Amino acid sequence: MNNDTVLSLNQLSKQFGTVIANESVSIDLKRGEILSLLGENGAGKTTLMNMLFGHYMPDSGSIDVADASGQLTPLTLGHPQAALNVGIGMVHQHFTLAENLSAIDNILLGSESLFAWRRSMHQAREKINTIMQRTGLSAPLDTIVGQLSVGERQRVEILKALYRDARILVLDEPTAVLTPQEADTLFANIEIMAKDGLSVIFISHKLREVLAFSHRIAVLRHGKKVGEIATKDADEKIISRLMVGADTPPTARETMDTGATVLQLIDLSVTGHSARTSLEHINLSVCANEIVGIAGVSGNGQSTLAKVLSGLITPTAGQVKIDGEKVRLFTPANILKAGVGRIPEDRHQDGVIGAMSVAENLAIENLDSDEIQTNGFLRHQQLKQNAQHLSQKYDIRGPGIEAPARLLSGGNIQKLILARVFEASPRLILANQPTRGLDMGAASEVGKRLMQARKRGAGVLLISEDLDELLALADRIVIMHDGDLHMAPSHDRGQIGLIMAGQTS
Amino acid sequence: MIRIEPRESPSRRLTIGIPVASALLALLLAAIPLSFAGANIGEAYQQMAKGIFGSLFAFTEMLTRATPLIFTGLAATLAFRAKLWNIGAEGQLYLGAMAAVAVGTGWLDGPPILLIPVILVAGALAGALGMAGPAYLKTRFGADEVVTTLLLNFIILIFIQMMLEGPLKDPMGMGWPQSSPVVDNALLPQILPRMRLHYGLVIALVAAVVAHIMLSKSVWGLKLRAVGENASAALHAGIGVKRTLMSAALISGALAGLAGVSEVAGLRGYLTTDLSPGYGYTGIVVAMLAGLSPLGVVIAALFIASVFVGADSMSRAIGVSSYLADLVVSMALICVLIGGFIARFTIKINPVNKQQSTPDTGAR
Repeated sequence: MNNDTVLSLNQLSKQFGTVIANESVSIDLKRGEILSLLGENGAGKTTLMNMLFGHYMPDSGSIDVADASGQLTPLTLGHPQAALNVGIGMVHQHFTLAENLSAIDNILLGSESLFAWRRSMHQAREKINTIMQRTGLSAPLDTIVGQLSVGERQRVEILKALYRDARILVLDEPTAVLTPQEADTLFANIEIMAKDGLSVIFISHKLREVLAFSHRIAVLRHGKKVGEIATKDADEKIISRLMVGADTPPTARETMDTGATVLQLIDLSVTGHSARTSLEHINLSVCANEIVGIAGVSGNGQSTLAKVLSGLITPTAGQVKIDGEKVRLFTPANILKAGVGRIPEDRHQDGVIGAMSVAENLAIENLDSDEIQTNGFLRHQQLKQNAQHLSQKYDIRGPGIEAPARLLSGGNIQKLILARVFEASPRLILANQPTRGLDMGAASEVGKRLMQARKRGAGVLLISEDLDELLALADRIVIMHDGDLHMAPSHDRGQIGLIMAGQTS
Repeated sequence: MIRIEPRESPSRRLTIGIPVASALLALLLAAIPLSFAGANIGEAYQQMAKGIFGSLFAFTEMLTRATPLIFTGLAATLAFRAKLWNIGAEGQLYLGAMAAVAVGTGWLDGPPILLIPVILVAGALAGALGMAGPAYLKTRFGADEVVTTLLLNFIILIFIQMMLEGPLKDPMGMGWPQSSPVVDNALLPQILPRMRLHYGLVIALVAAVVAHIMLSKSVWGLKLRAVGENASAALHAGIGVKRTLMSAALISGALAGLAGVSEVAGLRGYLTTDLSPGYGYTGIVVAMLAGLSPLGVVIAALFIASVFVGADSMSRAIGVSSYLADLVVSMALICVLIGGFIARFTIKINPVNKQQSTPDTGAR
């Protein structure tokens, strides 16, 4: 073993019940190296990293980390503190910040002694400022984290790891929340840090950035490492074949004449608590047989717009017309009745009720229909048949229709939501980040269904941070920035990115 | 090294087995304070069993004691399923009892077939009313219902005292703060001759069955469970979250109110401020022991009533304090809570591999 190696995972295995999450995975990481960890959802990437960071105890295998002298020493498994002490920093996909504390408090959290008389904030602030300057990662330090955007929160997370002198940084899908430019900057900064000696493992779904920024790529499938390849020898085809075992065909699209207007936003305004949750005089229309994509960095008003169209908040001014009818009462039930199908951004929080069965979750938006109930009592047989049918039609895989929905994987939960939404044949579909966190198979399924709905004559409003997805699916792209909409002049990645960053002419 | 990991899905055997095991364990643990009290353990348990199963009278006494616990247990179960923490069943019980004596002590006259439903409805309405305030404050302003319902218990009890010293005071009561007796036609009849067991038990059992059916088979029950499990997703799916919470609150209050009616019109015949020895609070234990299942409530109520009645008889026979019953009930609750934890998590003990542990990195 060469003493450039800073981290070595040896034959790690982990099993949850009957599910094998990792099976003797071995990976080495060199000093200053950027390693991409690729794989579909459920391939075991996050489990592997959680074992590295001490959140999970491996069933077997060991981890060696280089100490200050470069000597590999075994890491105490199952202790996050041990991982922190040897300089492993992790930025989780789901952030681990205390929302009621300021950014700087979050960064310092856990690195201060509980019994210190006073906090040496000045020193800490200086150190953080130095890191921010060196890396270009900036975050408002004195703002309460609850008020920060997702992107800013992620930067706080990275700063937190760097503040603790991380020598190995693990990033779990870091660019899911960033603009292309921000992502580019992030990776440029990471490259600088890597040259400085930081070793980085980053988990991603996006082949483009993996190919552009990493030095080496390790691919996991079904918990096993199925390939490891130097990035210079790789291309998209090779990698995606490794990930899914086959080439994924691009989403087929046919040109189509748009039909009648199904959604019209007229001078729509929402006064939120901050600029981030406000909308200012938005005008937009979506026609039948059309997919309109909304690009933009999260926290520019997209979730507010989605909430209005889900019936969760009432706009302060302006009108929403669905199928030409003005919406008067903004409640989810009323919006559903108007013919809007909604795919929520946070599918675990808003999309399914984890403790309830798949069958019940499939029916939950349709409880008052005669199909589901007679005189207020559930038609269990009908419910079951319906669920059986939809599970097959939408390929919802899991322990069965009577099992609680939380046992499904992320992709299957999304398929459940798709089944529920599309079976109601909505006139308008609001899809908010429908492929976030999904593997390629499930994501292409979402795209296929959206295209089908478009063909059927529905209008689709697709909110996404994944520009590739928008470029592939949307007929028109508008860009949201600071609660305002801007038309994209073309399907040009660079121009769209500039508008996303607020540089409009 | 001991690791605690969540189970994928608690098995059915565990969800039923754990409350049962906890109850038995609590009974066994009672031997410790018993031995401290210097009692003969074997005899104590024997006396306890005799106090419950020793005679028909003993058994019906146990059922009589279980009756209000079924009502309050159901009240807690329905509310808790919606994640609405109604700690105010005690106060709602007294409101129900007060409504029963308000309409049932001569103000209204008629045959039992008319009067009994009237006092039941009056008591249920009064209990529901007692929960309406906290539920409104919660749905409208987000006020914590634990605080409001708990504090309301004391307010209601003092209010009842005031009423018993004032308008509801029995003129023939020799100055005692008690209400006039409920008229004969409004009394819940006895089930067996010369036993105190009354038809309140039948009503309670019917309520349990109805609650079970509503919760598992009706659209309302599905909505209630949805709101309780994930209010955010329920709202998104178009379920009227506030309306569902409100209905759960009212029905929970009504059930607690029925406990009061049943005690006043089935057992005591009049209202005093010592009508309930904490049935409202014990109902919470019953509900937790039952794993928030309406049919389980019946079994849990029978168990807890048995402990109370059995401990009473034991304390009479061998001269230990009857507070032992409270102790057993509390221990049963603790055992259930710990048991619930065991049902949801597995505890794994990994031997520490010497090669894997580096000194002085884990602790600070």
